[in-house]
Amino acid sequence: MSMPFYVSPEQLMKDRADFARKGIARGRSVVTVQYAGGILFVSENPSQALHKVSEIYDRIAFAAVGRYNEFENLRIAGVRLADMRGYAYDRRDVTGRGLANAYAQTLGTIFSSGGEKPYEVELFVAEIGDEAAADQIYRLTYDGQVADEHGYAVMGGAADVVASYLTEHYTDGTSLQEAVRMAVAALGHSTDDKGATTDRVIPLKDLEVAILDRTRTQPRKFSRLSPARLETLLGHRGPAVAAPTQPGDSAPGTAPSDTTPDDPADPTDQESGNVSPLEDPGTGEPPTAPPVAP
Amino acid sequence: MTGPRLPAAFLQPGVSSFSEFLAEQSPDLLPGRRAIPQGQAGDLAPHGTTIVAATFTGGVVMAGDRRATMGNIIAQRDIEKVFPADEFSAVGIAGTAGLAVEMVRLFQTELEHYEKIEGTTLSMDGKANRLAALIRANLGMAMQGLAVVPLFAGYDLQAGQGRIFSYDVTGGRYEETAFHSVGSGSLFARGSLKKLYRDDLDETGCVTATIQALYDAADDDSATGGPDLTRRIFPVVQVITAEGAHRLPDSDVADIADRVIAGRMTRPDGPAASLT
Repeated sequence: MSMPFYVSPEQLMKDRADFARKGIARGRSVVTVQYAGGILFVSENPSQALHKVSEIYDRIAFAAVGRYNEFENLRIAGVRLADMRGYAYDRRDVTGRGLANAYAQTLGTIFSSGGEKPYEVELFVAEIGDEAAADQIYRLTYDGQVADEHGYAVMGGAADVVASYLTEHYTDGTSLQEAVRMAVAALGHSTDDKGATTDRVIPLKDLEVAILDRTRTQPRKFSRLSPARLETLLGHRGPAVAAPTQPGDSAPGTAPSDTTPDDPADPTDQESGNVSPLEDPGTGEPPTAPPVAP
Repeated sequence: MTGPRLPAAFLQPGVSSFSEFLAEQSPDLLPGRRAIPQGQAGDLAPHGTTIVAATFTGGVVMAGDRRATMGNIIAQRDIEKVFPADEFSAVGIAGTAGLAVEMVRLFQTELEHYEKIEGTTLSMDGKANRLAALIRANLGMAMQGLAVVPLFAGYDLQAGQGRIFSYDVTGGRYEETAFHSVGSGSLFARGSLKKLYRDDLDETGCVTATIQALYDAADDDSATGGPDLTRRIFPVVQVITAEGAHRLPDSDVADIADRVIAGRMTRPDGPAASLT
């Protein structure tokens, strides 16, 4: 009879936490900063289509780092929950706290259940109130913990370096322009192994910036800052340097794995390379049909 | 909320329509899904009446009177029947007021839900078709006297012009050119707009034409409310242009309505159109 291995619950949870944390640390950071007129989200995201920051409801926004498919699922679930609640009750009855609770319960249950892989995500759920004092930022981790953040918050890859920059520079009640400049500078701030700091100017097209804007007259307070508006807000910053490519940046196969030319003379060349299988590897001609019998 | 953890259906990818999601999760919340006993129910609830819409260069105007009736009774004098559907469209409703308002709420959520999940807005025709589907789901109730007939108008950002869609109770969707009207006073309003409408109207001119049309509808249809001078209740007017939809402030509508009424003091049938 085989003996099942005993794994202590501490070890099991630690392994799962390590796994999730590793996944999250691979991604780039997202910064959220409270300013006088609302809440600002900034992330370095080269993709124009796959957003890290999005709208959930009138006054509620969502930001995430980690695995895209997992946080996208959570985002859609949040939109459904908020819209369902707003439709069944009233728009004012959709709250950030309720949403953060639902996310926390979901992430917590998945993390501690043995059957499912823990989500490799970290989330912000932010809600603006009528005045700055009523603003709320919740930070949710992969294991379902909720933290209430004030002023600014960072999550993702180099969170501690970025957070240290923000600790130094953050003041309450700044203007949107100052907040954007500070957040973008914080994301460009990095420390190498020897402790030397470098400040990179992040290219405009790699920035994803959105705000929950208290001053918007429409009920939906979320808006993305267009590149043109962002440029005026940031002003002149010097030459931009794109981020070094990271493992996973181009993960979903961008090029065929075997690009070597085919060599019909080589009997060991079994791969069809970049020529589709039905073509003659020598000439690239499509196969001709065999002559029809008379 | 059903429980602390998000139900599995919430985390399922694929469905970007709110009404489809609702049909699976809580069908009882859908306006068209309720079983009501046999018989005519039309006299039980207030009915909304006349809505007009007209396009002008650079946009479209939708206006609705403020009256709801229950048989011979005026159920409400200041009901609002023209609603913004999203940033670039508006929907006006005629028919059973309770169901119609609920349907508008569902339609607004539907458009916003799609926009948030897909990250892009539906095309103008897409929006019009979604509304048609919601009307079609209400056919059973319509046959018992609880019909809802909306008028949908919006600014098509791709085509760069205002567009108007009308519907029938079976969910038939028809695109209208220039102007259209629905509700009990629609015959008179449409007749009025036929004579007053010009292609080259500006925004104010277009709003004036719709208010003239509503006045003519109220003149001949008892279920349509005219401008209420003593209570200062005037039609709800939504103006939709490339900059988005906005409700014209009551003071602006009051100014235009006052001018229309001043004109009618000398000629009660309204402005005369030329014979040729």
